[in-house]
Amino acid sequence: MKQLLSGNEAIALGAYHAGVAVATAYPGTPSTEILENMARMDGVHAQWSVNEKVALEVALGAAMGGVRAMASMKHVGLNVAADPFFAASTTGINGGLVVVSCDDPGEHSSQGEQDNRHVARFAKVPMLEPTDSNEAYQLMDWAFKISEEYDTPVLLRGTTRISHCKTVVEVDKERPPELRQPGFLRSPTKWVMVPSNARPRRTAMEDRIAKLCDYVESFPMNEIIPGNKKLGVISSGVAYQYAREVFKDASHLKLVTLYPLPVNLIRRFAEQVEQVIVIEELDPYLEDAVRQLGIPVRGKDFIPIIGELNPEIVEQAAVKAGLLPAPAKPAAETKPPPALPARRPQLCAGCPHVATEYVLRQIGFKAPDAKERPLKKDEIVVTSDIGCYTLGVYPPLAALDTCACMGASIGQALGMEKAGITNKVVAVLGDSTFMHSGITGLVDIVYNEGNSTVIILDNGTTAMTGQQGHPGTGIAATGKPARQVKLETLCKGIGVEDVNVVDAFDVKALESTIKRCVASDEPSVIIARGPCSLRVKDRKKSLFVDPDECGGCLVCLDLGCPAIIKTEDDKVRIDGSVCVACGVCAQVCPQEAIRESE
Amino acid sequence: MMKDVNVLMVGVGGHGVILASDGMAEIGVNNGFDVKKTDSLGMAQRGGSVVSHVRWGEHVFSPMIKRGEVDYLLGFEELEAARWAPYLRPGGVAIVADVVVIPISAIGGAASYPSWDEIKDLLGQYTDNIYLIPATRIAQEVGNPRAVNMAMLGFLSAFLELSAEAWTDTMRERLPAKFVESSVQAFLKARDEAKAMMQ
Repeated sequence: MKQLLSGNEAIALGAYHAGVAVATAYPGTPSTEILENMARMDGVHAQWSVNEKVALEVALGAAMGGVRAMASMKHVGLNVAADPFFAASTTGINGGLVVVSCDDPGEHSSQGEQDNRHVARFAKVPMLEPTDSNEAYQLMDWAFKISEEYDTPVLLRGTTRISHCKTVVEVDKERPPELRQPGFLRSPTKWVMVPSNARPRRTAMEDRIAKLCDYVESFPMNEIIPGNKKLGVISSGVAYQYAREVFKDASHLKLVTLYPLPVNLIRRFAEQVEQVIVIEELDPYLEDAVRQLGIPVRGKDFIPIIGELNPEIVEQAAVKAGLLPAPAKPAAETKPPPALPARRPQLCAGCPHVATEYVLRQIGFKAPDAKERPLKKDEIVVTSDIGCYTLGVYPPLAALDTCACMGASIGQALGMEKAGITNKVVAVLGDSTFMHSGITGLVDIVYNEGNSTVIILDNGTTAMTGQQGHPGTGIAATGKPARQVKLETLCKGIGVEDVNVVDAFDVKALESTIKRCVASDEPSVIIARGPCSLRVKDRKKSLFVDPDECGGCLVCLDLGCPAIIKTEDDKVRIDGSVCVACGVCAQVCPQEAIRESE
Repeated sequence: MMKDVNVLMVGVGGHGVILASDGMAEIGVNNGFDVKKTDSLGMAQRGGSVVSHVRWGEHVFSPMIKRGEVDYLLGFEELEAARWAPYLRPGGVAIVADVVVIPISAIGGAASYPSWDEIKDLLGQYTDNIYLIPATRIAQEVGNPRAVNMAMLGFLSAFLELSAEAWTDTMRERLPAKFVESSVQAFLKARDEAKAMMQ
């Protein structure tokens, strides 16, 4: 049966048809939909874990318990899960264990770019990479078989353009009627990694890779596509599609088993052609390996190492490198396009983060056009984190000073304090990010006698990735109710005595609470609570600006709300189709010109 | 031999660009094409640009269409249509909905939102086939303001070889029941208006 599926849907369906029993993840673009799809399937335990490390540990535990398990995450998620990933490589598995890493070349929605193909070699874990959804579907079955046959976790590596691209899938399998039965086989030499047991496992890891080197030579999805013998193109992943599109007549070698690589197949291919090039996104992973075989090869000398590729980039690079003839010039040279206003992402109308960030900007004396400069004495530093609220770095809010990785805001705040800077430091992070890896930072503040203020922007969801549940929401991945971990109880339990819950839409309360906490010598937590505007079902009537009373001070524009629009006469009006009547603008308007519609 | 069709759909998060491109991709599969479709949305739910590439063909490799090879540019928003104009192939077709969403960079007055004449001028550097379509009116007439995207598909369909049923069958099958009638109506109305405009 033919089905049009995204790469993520295909990975989920492939795992389902391979008999996966436990699927875990923490949401992260571009991987999120894998677990969302798993959660809709019968007979699978699918869960959002608190972070990727725990997700992989749960999947490893399930695999140790005898069933097939999968953990999926974005590229930086595998950094968080690196410890159990390496541990799983050492112990091996019982039921099959597949780890899916979705890289984000071009940083569509990430804080950094990294090529996780290196991680497979680093951890000595076999790696597969699909070139489209059909291969993603097929590879899941192979991945579990390899995992069980070679007693190893398997890494399935994809990229944004694989995860979020829909292609035709030949669905030729079904869920097996009988799944592996759960059961733990006690075996301390395999599962208990004290040094005396871990050393023999090291040998097992090397033996396993040696056997896999033979195995991948005949892997059916690595494929030579014969063509013109002058040029041979080696590629993998979505770059293979670009290579086929651009080098139409060349010979191609498509690689799917990326670690270990089928070196004899590569040698055979190279012997068939006059010149070998590699088309790959990000690092010269394949190119270096080909060169190590003594094969002259070109790649990153003309293909960019940074960012996402596309057929246009590959074609232009190939023309420049003399590998393709220059295309016939279009008939008329066109005028350079005029500067069009950019449309960068922004916080939504009614976003519960806006008021807090506005207050931080006000009391932190931050200017919307802040340039690099030393801080003045009474300015506050706002360390921030990963989530929608990071968009508050842009003008007009311009409220934030840092964003590094999940949960880092709290450790950074404590570090600045310990460095001895005299400015007060406030850490700002979301509820889901706090659960992910903010908790341990807060414990560190308490233990090490910090006095930073931590603001948890609690919108009751994991908003940036599209409204997933987390322990603070009381909603499971399946959408069913779950036991809720209460933020205020948690923070008090950690040992913070000054824990405040404030309405995220109450500007005055936010301002007085933040000011009091910042001035205090004790560590404090402020939970700014208000629902994500995308989750509010009963929308109130929109607000309107009384044009007679609007003085044109434009203070409300500092909120960066997409519903507030500057008029021709330098006043403002509210776009009723966008406004959700959160009321924040009415509170900051000095003229009290913003009111409920009549 | 089937004729390849390359469509670029551009707009702003929340305008149904993804639903429309998903629909078009599925319709292609149901009518025997190889299909690839991909979106670039970044953090689009929060007001950014949304771009969908849909490709129908005998055998499609790259999901992304090269600059200068788009047969049909569907602008669900005027400024976004202008932004992606260079992707049109010479003589391609630009179909633009009469929808304006002023970005925050233009609200504060840093850069100004171009007029339709300026946008038309820009598109005109690449093609003479430019259609500003009353998608908002059509959506209102069928009583579903969110059906702008279906009107866009209806307009596009008038240029392609498939029958109306080839499109509406899939729409009836896949859309939520309460939106089916208004969506199909918006699609057919726009298809008829397109045919009238083309004559």
